[in-house]
Amino acid sequence: MPNAVKHVLFILVPLIAVFAVLPGLYQNHLLLFNFVTFLILAQGVNIIYGFTGYLPFGYVGFFGAGAYGFAVLVMHYQSPALVAVLAAGLVGVLLGLLLTPLLRLSGAYFAIANLAASLAVLHLVANPALEGITKGPYGVSLTGTFNPSHAYYAALVVLTLTVSGVVFLKNSSFGLALQAVREDAVSASMAGVNVVRMRIAAWLASALVAGLAGGIYAWYVSVFYPDNVFSGEFSIFAIVFALFGGVATISGPIIGVLILYGVYNLIGFTTPQYFQLIYGLLIMGLVLFLPAGLVSLATRRGWHVP
Amino acid sequence: MSPDTKPILNVHKLVKRFGGFVALDGLSFHAAPGEVLGLVGPNGSGKTTAINVISGLYAPDGGEVAFEGESIGGIASHRLVRRGINRTFQVPKPFMSLTVRENVRVALAYGHIGGTPPSLDALLDEYRLAAVADRPAADLNSAQQKMLDLVRALATRPRLLLLDELAAGLNPAELDWIAERIKQLAAGGMSIIVVEHLMGFIEHITDRVIVLNAGREIFEGKLAAAVKEPQVIEVFLGGEHAA
Repeated sequence: MPNAVKHVLFILVPLIAVFAVLPGLYQNHLLLFNFVTFLILAQGVNIIYGFTGYLPFGYVGFFGAGAYGFAVLVMHYQSPALVAVLAAGLVGVLLGLLLTPLLRLSGAYFAIANLAASLAVLHLVANPALEGITKGPYGVSLTGTFNPSHAYYAALVVLTLTVSGVVFLKNSSFGLALQAVREDAVSASMAGVNVVRMRIAAWLASALVAGLAGGIYAWYVSVFYPDNVFSGEFSIFAIVFALFGGVATISGPIIGVLILYGVYNLIGFTTPQYFQLIYGLLIMGLVLFLPAGLVSLATRRGWHVP
Repeated sequence: MSPDTKPILNVHKLVKRFGGFVALDGLSFHAAPGEVLGLVGPNGSGKTTAINVISGLYAPDGGEVAFEGESIGGIASHRLVRRGINRTFQVPKPFMSLTVRENVRVALAYGHIGGTPPSLDALLDEYRLAAVADRPAADLNSAQQKMLDLVRALATRPRLLLLDELAAGLNPAELDWIAERIKQLAAGGMSIIVVEHLMGFIEHITDRVIVLNAGREIFEGKLAAAVKEPQVIEVFLGGEHAA
């Protein structure tokens, strides 16, 4: 059986099946929705960071832009929710295109510039002068599209596409070439790889994923403020979850979200007073002992982790 | 080169500057199909810069580089690779976290256009990498990493191959072995330009050498003749030895 088929059968199908069934068994649908959102975002970070090495500290910029893309279409054009979600993805891609010059930077410079870019988009959207378009700082209240159940299943579709995308990267020459660019751009070009085009492709793919997730988030919550959908927590969580599990794998970011976001909610419910302490220790432990993520526990023993 | 053989590479009055420093100052030379040409000269004479310009890593500031009759100055590396030029690096640059096999697969998938692609396993076998094929490149010793660099280049079926100090750090047995491999590649029609400091190795494998100094060619011909040239001796050993 080809590896890609194995990855779909043993990772993607069970993941989607579990999250498709869970709303019937578990009452806290918002929590389930948040899990799916972070699964999408962590895989989006995986595409751009795991496969090309760019750490997107301002990843939430695409998410927030997608949420507002959705809101603008629904508010001003009474667009159906699904059309508005596609538009949200397009807004993410357009913002990605606008920000392609950032890809000339690397390391911390890229991370900081990306963070600044996301703040710039936040302040543009929240500008009172744009109240007529974005409602400025006063927030958005969408009527007519509210349907959390449909939004949840739309999120599952996007998660399916995103994980399929990562399965493709993990099993194709294209994904291998992206990793080659990450390892050494000069050598990659001497292997015939168009380095600039590959970086842009990965960047836009991760922007698309976050834009779609942002659109669906707007659909799900229907009422939000700029600070909600541009919250730096989305970037930080998505990055930490992806790194915790292990990037450049299919399963790493999934494991990272399930464990860390699970623990996050567990502590939040049971012992909120120790929340910061426990969470902080967990992340410090990761950085100190498992910098390549949980999956490195297996890869160190020579096991292959998909 | 016989009069009817067209050069595969023609470098004409090539200039490359880095700020105020002139690394290549009107360098001219050519290479014929199937020829092994040595580029020699003291450190800083412009050998690696010449290779970097020919392989598209730097755009020239003046002059011309023509490959198979077409000007290629300033064309991006990945395009030149697909046209038939490839190289190795002085310090080998494999994709460290990818396995040896994956390293070569990238080049097979992206750098090879048209015709039958070379067999990955045969290449690894030929260059003594079969035993480490599934290990990350980071696990290889430096000689193996050099071979991986070479195999990555060969996977794209170049007609012009630029070897930047491939022999440095190899033991005598490895040197003899790689010299034979280079001669065989040339015998198959590949043009090979070798930058090297090991004169014995250069003499053994090259048909002709170009001696560079300060970004210009100061001698062209057999290495045996070069070492008798006063100008060459002066450049390598200093003025008092030239007389």
